[in-house]
Formats: sequence, C-alpha cells, structure tokens
Amino acid sequence: MIYVEILIMALVTYLIRMIPLTVFRKKIKNQFVCSFLYYVPYACLTAMTVPAVFFATSHFVSAVAGVGAAVFLAYREKSLISVAAGACAVVFLVEQFV
Amino acid sequence: MKKRIYSQKKAEYEKGLKDGAPIAVGYLSVSFSVGILVAASGMTVFQGALMSLCNVTSAGQFAGIQVIAAGGAILELILTQLVINLRYGLMSLSLSQRLSETVTLWQRFVIAFANTDEIFAVAMSRAESLTFPYLLGLESLPVFGWTFGTALGAVAGQLLPASVSNALNVALYGMFIAVVVPVAKKVRPVLWVVILAALFRCVLEYVPLFSGISAGMAIIICTVAAAGVGALLFPAGMEEA
Repeated sequence: MIYVEILIMALVTYLIRMIPLTVFRKKIKNQFVCSFLYYVPYACLTAMTVPAVFFATSHFVSAVAGVGAAVFLAYREKSLISVAAGACAVVFLVEQFV
Repeated sequence: MKKRIYSQKKAEYEKGLKDGAPIAVGYLSVSFSVGILVAASGMTVFQGALMSLCNVTSAGQFAGIQVIAAGGAILELILTQLVINLRYGLMSLSLSQRLSETVTLWQRFVIAFANTDEIFAVAMSRAESLTFPYLLGLESLPVFGWTFGTALGAVAGQLLPASVSNALNVALYGMFIAVVVPVAKKVRPVLWVVILAALFRCVLEYVPLFSGISAGMAIIICTVAAAGVGALLFPAGMEEA
C-alpha cells in the first residue's frame, strides 16, 4: 500500500511538471502572457521565502540577521553558494548569543 | 563536426553539474529533515529514499508523509500533492519559454522530472537559452543529494546539533534571495512584483479571514496575483532586463 501511495504522489507531481513543458513547445507571442511568465519566478520565490524564512530558525533575531546578510550579499551580486553560506554562517553566529 | 558537437554538449553538461552542486549541498541538509520525518512516521529507509528519488519535492513530501502517516484517503493524497505542487506547473510553463530550439519532446519528458524550485531558479538565472545537456547536468547532483540525504536522515535520526541544523535551514532561502535580489535591483518592475508578492503572502498568512488557506495554495495565489498585477502594470518588464 505504501508503495502505491508513493507512486501516486510521484505521478501527480510528475504530471504537473511535465504537461506545461511538453504542451507549450512554441514560443508564446502574447505580451501579457510573456511578461506574466517572466514575473512568475520572482513572485513565487518571494512568496515561498516571506514570511516563512523568519520562522526557519529558533530565534526571530537570528533569522532577521540571516536574511539581512543574504540580501546584502545578493545585492553585491555574490554567487548563490556564497549568499547561502553567508546567511547560514550569520544565523549560526547570532544563535550563539541570543 | 560530430566531435565538436559532442564536446559542446559535454561542456554544457559539465556547466550544469557545476551549477547544480550548491543545490545538491543544500538538498542534503533539507532532505535530512525529510528523512527524520520518514523514520518518525514508521516508513523504512528504503521507502523514504524511494519517495525522494521519484518525487523530488520538499513541501509535497512533507505533506504526503503526514497524510500517509495519518492513514488519509488516496484522494486526499492526490489533492494535497496537486495543490502544493501546482506552482511547478507555472514554473514548467515559464521554463518552456526559455528552452533552446534544439530540445526535443522526449528530452522535455526527462527534464520535467526534477524541475524543482531551486533548479528552476538557477536555470532561469542563466542568460543563455537552456539546452538539454545543461539541464540534465543541473538536475543530476541535486536528485542524488535529495535521495541520499533522505536516506541519511532516516538512518541517523537527529545527528546534527540544533544550532547547526537551524543555521542550515536558511540555506535554501538564501539561494532564493540570491536569485531575486540582483534582478530586482536592476529591473524596477521586478522589484514591485517582489514587494507585492511579499505583501500578499503576509496578508494571507496573518489576516484571520484567510487562515483556512494551506501554504501551498497561498503560494499559488500570491504568485498569480503578483505576477498578474506586474504584467498588467508593466507589460514590457522583460524587455528592460
């Protein structure tokens, strides 16, 4: 039973990912749709980050410090891994004091 | 000629592997916590690793494991996956517009498999159009890291001290921020879309009227609303990029 449930989860998730990628094989010309799709990743990533990130650590203060560090490093256009590592390091350090 | 095409493909694949490596590292820590949940819910290490290998989705698996552990109906399992993972549909649609002309139909069937939040974010931040070898390379290590981390977490339980796992919790958010901020800094409409998305998401989170909306559904609503308002107000936004 558990294997059936795992396979059903996998199938639903795969279909969601696969259908739009295989159906829309031509470039979309409509300007509204194009700009909508251009904005989707930024809207989606933001909606997943705020406010969840502020509750991802054991203290609100360390989360705020981590986000601050990440935004600062990202604004300076550091690489993905530097921004992620910098945020983790700041959270770890701040949590030693709060 | 054939040899040159082969070496181009190899270079693309290797570039993908390199870009995917930090995602794989981030996944190791997140899937570790999925593994701990797997163990706590009474599933075996193999079942947990299998679930991670064929689902490759954090929020969906968290919810799925809970539904399974609670003995939920199959329909409930399908619905939670559909709602929580519906954002991947938007991401796949967005990704479909950035694929190189050379990507064939069966190659699309393959790369659709692991279009996760982070892989999508990194793929979209690439300036060149996306080739099959690049995306294959990009997905390889993260899928391995996700599966391996789940198995590790399920075997080892809580190995890391809380101070370390708390710090690792922000790694993936850090990567999201690293994708969004540089573009928001340069393209003003993107900054507005980001502000709107954060605002909408907080409204859905904190206004009691909306407390019945699940996190997965809230992400979809906010994404569509913020990107939709952005497209209405700044239809030429992408040309400024």
